Amino acid sequence: MRKYVATRVATMFGVLMITLLITISLVGSNMDTILKQGIVFQVRSEITENPAIAQSFSSVEDFEGFIQSQIDQRIQVLGLDEPWYSPQRIGVTMYKIMILDFGYATFLTSDEGSSDVKDILFEKLPRTVLLFTTATIIISIIGIFLGAFSSSKVGSGIDRITSSFAIISSSFPVWWIGMLMIFLFAFTYQIFPARATPDIPSSDPAYIGSLLYHMALPLITIVMIGFGSWAYLVRNFMVGIMQEDFIIAKKTIGVKQKRIIYTHALKNAAPPIVTILALSLSGSLGGAIITEAVFDWPGMGRLYFEAITVMDLPVIIGATYLLTVFFLVSIFIADLLYGYFDPRVRTGQ
Amino acid sequence: MSSITPQEIKQEFFKSKMGIAGIVILVILIVTSIIAIVAIPIETFQEWNNPGSWISNPKVAIPVWVNIFMIEKIPEHKILEKPMIQNISNGEITLTSHQFGVNFDYDEFPNDFIYEFSSEYSGSPLLQLSIIRPDGIKLDLLSTSLPYSNVKTIHSERIFSTDESIKKNLSLQSEKFEFLFERLSAEDIVFSKSQLNKPLKGDYIFSIDLYGINSESQIQESRLIIGGKAFGMMGTDELRRDLAIGLLWGTPLALFIGLVVSIASVIMGLLYGVYAGYKGKKTDEVMMRLNDVIYALPALPFLIILSVTISNSIFVMVGFLMIFGWVGIAKVSRSMSLQIKTRGYVDAANMMGQKDSKIILKHIVPQLLPYAFASIAISVPAAITTEAGLSFLGLGDPSFPTWGQILHDANTFGAAARGMWWWIMPPGVMIAITGLAFVFIGNALDAIVNPKLKR
Repeated sequence: MRKYVATRVATMFGVLMITLLITISLVGSNMDTILKQGIVFQVRSEITENPAIAQSFSSVEDFEGFIQSQIDQRIQVLGLDEPWYSPQRIGVTMYKIMILDFGYATFLTSDEGSSDVKDILFEKLPRTVLLFTTATIIISIIGIFLGAFSSSKVGSGIDRITSSFAIISSSFPVWWIGMLMIFLFAFTYQIFPARATPDIPSSDPAYIGSLLYHMALPLITIVMIGFGSWAYLVRNFMVGIMQEDFIIAKKTIGVKQKRIIYTHALKNAAPPIVTILALSLSGSLGGAIITEAVFDWPGMGRLYFEAITVMDLPVIIGATYLLTVFFLVSIFIADLLYGYFDPRVRTGQ
Repeated sequence: MSSITPQEIKQEFFKSKMGIAGIVILVILIVTSIIAIVAIPIETFQEWNNPGSWISNPKVAIPVWVNIFMIEKIPEHKILEKPMIQNISNGEITLTSHQFGVNFDYDEFPNDFIYEFSSEYSGSPLLQLSIIRPDGIKLDLLSTSLPYSNVKTIHSERIFSTDESIKKNLSLQSEKFEFLFERLSAEDIVFSKSQLNKPLKGDYIFSIDLYGINSESQIQESRLIIGGKAFGMMGTDELRRDLAIGLLWGTPLALFIGLVVSIASVIMGLLYGVYAGYKGKKTDEVMMRLNDVIYALPALPFLIILSVTISNSIFVMVGFLMIFGWVGIAKVSRSMSLQIKTRGYVDAANMMGQKDSKIILKHIVPQLLPYAFASIAISVPAAITTEAGLSFLGLGDPSFPTWGQILHDANTFGAAARGMWWWIMPPGVMIAITGLAFVFIGNALDAIVNPKLKR
């Protein structure tokens, strides 16, 4: 078991580093240009603010030369004279990111106005977790019970409806259903707000209520699209387990069908269900980008989308890192749970 | 898994209703794609993002068929291109007359009317635009002379209903109407009943007369547009584009993306997994670690970064989607090949000294084919929805009108807030139907390949 955990941890760490490396190499050259432009701008504005410097030069060339030397000096201090792909700089960048020092955002700010990427990210993250964790929990509860119920009546009307609903709902894009829901329940029948961003400041005590009210429409949409496939999955596990010998033995003893399903069978279906729960939690975070963009939910996904549209690189890097960490942690937990429940996995076969 | 022959699979497949439904939808989609490729000239779809080529269409027009369900008929957008042509020559004066008959049968006024023409003349001919209404009233709208030229010249012009002189001419004829013209636009007067300002149904005749003196003058192109609020089978969007064309063209694009991505990633995954499983030991270990790494990469953020930084061309995007597509299949086919390689005939082939590549391709891969087909079908919808999602975020290839792209435009122009359901519904329904076709086929195949699910 220990070896199993150790290899998993090593893989996860490797993945994290590779993700960072790929991200940095994809945006690195852009980042350099933006940083250098920032320095030039900074130097020029400092000099225009202070006319005494400009007056002390006799010729234009001298003056330009002075500015250039100032710029070069700063570029050297920041280590930007080396290309972004030099091992030293990549090392420094990756170290900084690992200790969650993402630097400052170029354009975006948090609600409080801080442009520290860390502040922005940790302001948005809880909202995404709130929406998607709630949705996943509701989905799994409905899914488990519906699945267990339809597995007890294989071939019945409910079973057929669940299965076909699962198949149909899985081929609809969530964000399109989101658009339709906004169209129907925010504009045609004005029940819910169209934009999911609460319009009162977060310090207000009514904020939480408003947030929950604004959360309703995205939550309903995600649950509606999600629970079908969950129910289908659980049903398939359960149908398999219901044919195992120990269940048949229980039946012959005379234990009630209901009791068998909800205690004995469901317990045995738990390992894969728990594993999938952990995986779908992380999966939903990835899908959050489009869903949040549609509903204008002020979480990580929308932040990511905004950062990409204005090419705010520190935010992109920070958000990718955080998303990856979350993704990896949940995969890791899923792996551990699976290994814990199913000893065959641990031996590597 | 090896005991099923292709014939059996075929038989079983056509027994399942789901599989047949999937095939039927797929065939319909393929036919639609062929129609799109054959019937719609390729130029129209290349012009998708060129507003100039859609200028004669109405803005945000509702589909025409909606009128079937409406009591108050919405005026259709009409583009009339074949006038009745008369040429009369009387000594010095030649008259070219173009007449358009318009059957106006709606309960709302049209948006506007536009007359487009190009004429070849010398001198300065006189152009007269007049209307004979169903109630017999004749209205002179415009009489103007075309710019003077002493050599033969071609002049093209658009006359809009908002033209000041049309307004002036109409107000000169206000005695024919029993209501005040104040602030009414030309089309609200021309198409109005004479007693009160309500649309008058019936046949209108627009006639355009070109008088030339001592010279030959001809109208070469002549087009009358009655601007309506309904157009085409699918309506139009904010940029006047005919959504029917976009939706039709989206079909082959979606099928292309879905099929290429899923087929390529299944082949990649299959070969990778089988090779790893067959080789075993260190090779297997290394290959599976690499697999784990790619499996653990968050796909969507990466796809977004890739399309922003590298290229958003549709072909490059297909490549990116493949990178993330093959991983799951590699895992499953590895474990399958682990089982198959223990069988006697593989050992025998090995003993006979056959090459690894031959054993893999001849003895192991064929065993996995049914599974491969099922996974191709199952992974198509994911590829289509992912591409649609990227396009929806505005990261798609702008030169191809995919369904996601149309939805992206709908979202930017606030279609939901403005109640433009014909802009939001059809692209999503098409995505879903295409997805469903493959899910049906995949599930039907899966039930045959994995008999455990059958019960």
